[in-house]
Amino acid sequence: MADKILKELTIKVWRQKNAKAKGKFESYKISDISTGTSFLEMLDILNEQLINDGIEPIAFDHDCREGICGMCSLFIDGRAHGPDDDITTCQLHMRKFEDGATITIEPWRAGAFPVIKDLIVDRTAFEKVLQSGGYISVNTGGVPDGNAIPISYDDAEEAMDAAACIGCGACVATCKNSSAMLFVSAKVSHLAKLPQGRVEATRRAKNMVAKMDELGFGNCTNTGACEVECPKGISIANIARLNREFLSATIKG
Amino acid sequence: MTVLNSKIPAGPLAEKWSKHKAAIKVVSPANKRKLDIIVVGTGLAGGSAAASLAEMGYNVKAFCYQDSGRRAHSIAAQGGINAAKNYQNDNDSIYRLFYDTIKGGDYRAREGNVYRLAEVSGDIIDQCVAQGVPFAREYGGTLSNRSFGGVLVSRTFYARGQTGQQLLLGCYASMNRMIGQGKIEMHERNEMLDIVIADGKARGIITRNLVTGEVERHGAHAVVIATGGYGNVFFLSTNAMGCNGGAAWQAYKNGAYFGNPCFVQIHPTCIPVHGEQQSKLTLMSESLRNDGRVWTPKKKEDAIKLQKGEMGPNDIADEDRDFYLERRYPSYGNLVPRDVASRAAKERCDAGFGVNAEGKAVYLDFKYSIERLGRDVIEARYGNLFQMYEKITDVNPYNEPMQIYPAIHYSMGGVWVDYNLMTNIPGLYAIGEANFSDHGGNRLGASALMQGLADGYFILPYTIGDYLADEIQTPRIELNHPEFEKKEKAVQERLERLYNVKGDKSVDSFHKRLGNIMWDYVGMARNEKGLKFAIEEIAKIKADFYKNVRIPGDFDAMNIELEKAGRVADFLELGDLMARDALNRKESCGGHYREESVTEEGEAKRDDDNFTFVSAWEYQGEDKDPILHKEDLVFETVELTQRSYK
Repeated sequence: MADKILKELTIKVWRQKNAKAKGKFESYKISDISTGTSFLEMLDILNEQLINDGIEPIAFDHDCREGICGMCSLFIDGRAHGPDDDITTCQLHMRKFEDGATITIEPWRAGAFPVIKDLIVDRTAFEKVLQSGGYISVNTGGVPDGNAIPISYDDAEEAMDAAACIGCGACVATCKNSSAMLFVSAKVSHLAKLPQGRVEATRRAKNMVAKMDELGFGNCTNTGACEVECPKGISIANIARLNREFLSATIKG
Repeated sequence: MTVLNSKIPAGPLAEKWSKHKAAIKVVSPANKRKLDIIVVGTGLAGGSAAASLAEMGYNVKAFCYQDSGRRAHSIAAQGGINAAKNYQNDNDSIYRLFYDTIKGGDYRAREGNVYRLAEVSGDIIDQCVAQGVPFAREYGGTLSNRSFGGVLVSRTFYARGQTGQQLLLGCYASMNRMIGQGKIEMHERNEMLDIVIADGKARGIITRNLVTGEVERHGAHAVVIATGGYGNVFFLSTNAMGCNGGAAWQAYKNGAYFGNPCFVQIHPTCIPVHGEQQSKLTLMSESLRNDGRVWTPKKKEDAIKLQKGEMGPNDIADEDRDFYLERRYPSYGNLVPRDVASRAAKERCDAGFGVNAEGKAVYLDFKYSIERLGRDVIEARYGNLFQMYEKITDVNPYNEPMQIYPAIHYSMGGVWVDYNLMTNIPGLYAIGEANFSDHGGNRLGASALMQGLADGYFILPYTIGDYLADEIQTPRIELNHPEFEKKEKAVQERLERLYNVKGDKSVDSFHKRLGNIMWDYVGMARNEKGLKFAIEEIAKIKADFYKNVRIPGDFDAMNIELEKAGRVADFLELGDLMARDALNRKESCGGHYREESVTEEGEAKRDDDNFTFVSAWEYQGEDKDPILHKEDLVFETVELTQRSYK
């Protein structure tokens, strides 16, 4: 567990001035990074170095740095959230890298997520999908007592499993078709597993799938890549559930 | 000095809120459609307020600096949310929750506000369940509870270790529904930089679009600040990287009073600092103290070996472990409130019993509960927290105790508001962590979520009507109003001033310097000499900042350094005010620990005769001393006693 020092690393990173500009890779050297440093702290250190050199620092999304807000992204050495399992980029630590390595960092690549600057992409499409039906239609007030609707332990747990999605977009970035099925199915499953959410389950599935298609996300071809890279371990079993809900919506019309 | 009117209704404590609701004005549905409300921040307070106000029929404009409302830092709250449901039949009640909160806050909060908070707490749980929040359940299908620090009942509702996330996704879903219906106009990646006040009323805000760099004008009939706390003054804290005091600070600079700025919470169970390159600290939920036992070695020689890495925690026999919380506080044990637990950890480490290389860590050990309950039970309760700990530290907490140390976590202080949650500027409200109102000198665990949602779902939607009922004839403000012109120009000038320094030091370097001063002198232990020194040092850092800060990149485009510079500029001023407030409050209370005011046992010693008040600071202009106003705290129901958890 003792931290070691990585003497030198080469950071090959996507630089793009804005949405309209043409981007390209730039390489920077960085030295003396402790293996106990987080990946984003390594980028902070690199940015400090760039600022001191008079170069504009690399723009990347991040916020909570605890793996829960879903703001951080990054495709690192060909993997969404980098070379570790079940974590977000902000939880990735430099002990996962070897001294002397070249680390390649790219933004999420998906038609529905255009680059805003450097490593920052626009994930507004996710917002639009949720606005089309990712909720239970209740107003504040006038709801029954919390214990009035008993929910089985297993249903609550399964709903929670699906609700753990952080909306980071790793599934879309990983999918060769840029499909948002894992994201959409997680929300549909979370709500469909609960009696409160069953009431409008079919309507929800239908509206969200229609919006997803409209926004340019690709189709699901069951490669399962999304599940592998999901930092929260959201299961593709949710996609099967979404398909069931959607089929039922289609039959009912 | 003005005497502040908190507008706490007269009458018995339990009837204040009902009587007040009956007395305040209501806006008709037809008129709500004519009224616009700006809500800044989309965490639990802002999100729940925006959704509820939109459902009621108001036109809401919501703002957040993140790329989605779902990412506000409420999402990181782990352990749970309190509510006086008494589902566990353990004699919980509204009164008990009220009493625990008042006592937990070391008698520096308002009775009326806190009782109301306890009163609406049950409704929050019902609302969240209806939205589909997957709270933990018992096998019979009912809601499950656990216990938190500073209380003797189990009233905390939770969704694994992700309660904040699930509650936020609940109100975010409600917001999304309203956005879909066109009742909320959502502005992501947009940061509020000033408030527009016309005819003495808050009528809009100036923002910077963080994608385009454009400065924008937004008008409304009322403005709600729900932007959380200012813990990032300390640079290292459990707050998200972008959390800032900007909106609250702009409220202050526009004349709103700032309440109890020195009251910040230091959370006892965070992963210790690992070196100079650290960017933020990660919290380990207080819920862990339900099943984890806190200890340091009894023998100094063991501590020294641990610090040198010559032995591990599992090499120390049970009889050589000092479970110091259980020793000092037998009745609450490991579940003493946060301020008490933090100070006790500091005391052990200062005495040389710290367990990591820096001597700044204590153990939180699950060995005993794993023996008692089995690994499966512990994994089901805390699995995600254990995974998070292991990913950060490379140590498996199932086999070896966690190392923890206190860190800045929450600000009890904030914008001063009256019982209606309105600041002293008409039409300007502050809710959630951004206001000062309910937690006094120390907040109890699982109460931040409760307060945020209480304000947003069940308090502000009522009280704002009392103000807006008189605004139904007020037309929408023109965006070319002279006040908009003036404020936009001021924001431009502020940003240009920073951008044009073109010095040679990064924004972060100043932020770190400020953070170090704050932690060392305005942190866990404070004294007169240190606070005076801090005020001088902060002034020096500020002067250096405006001379030497370097902001690369374009001015009129996305520029993250410029964003950070604006926030650090605010923090430099906020840090100064915090130190002044701490200097003025010569007593210890809650998280504010003045070394000059301590009991024989080393506990915080209040001075009720001289300090039973809220300090409310009024801005006087740049580099001028602010004026202190006092709101006397009146206790009609509880008796003020020395807080004891022994």
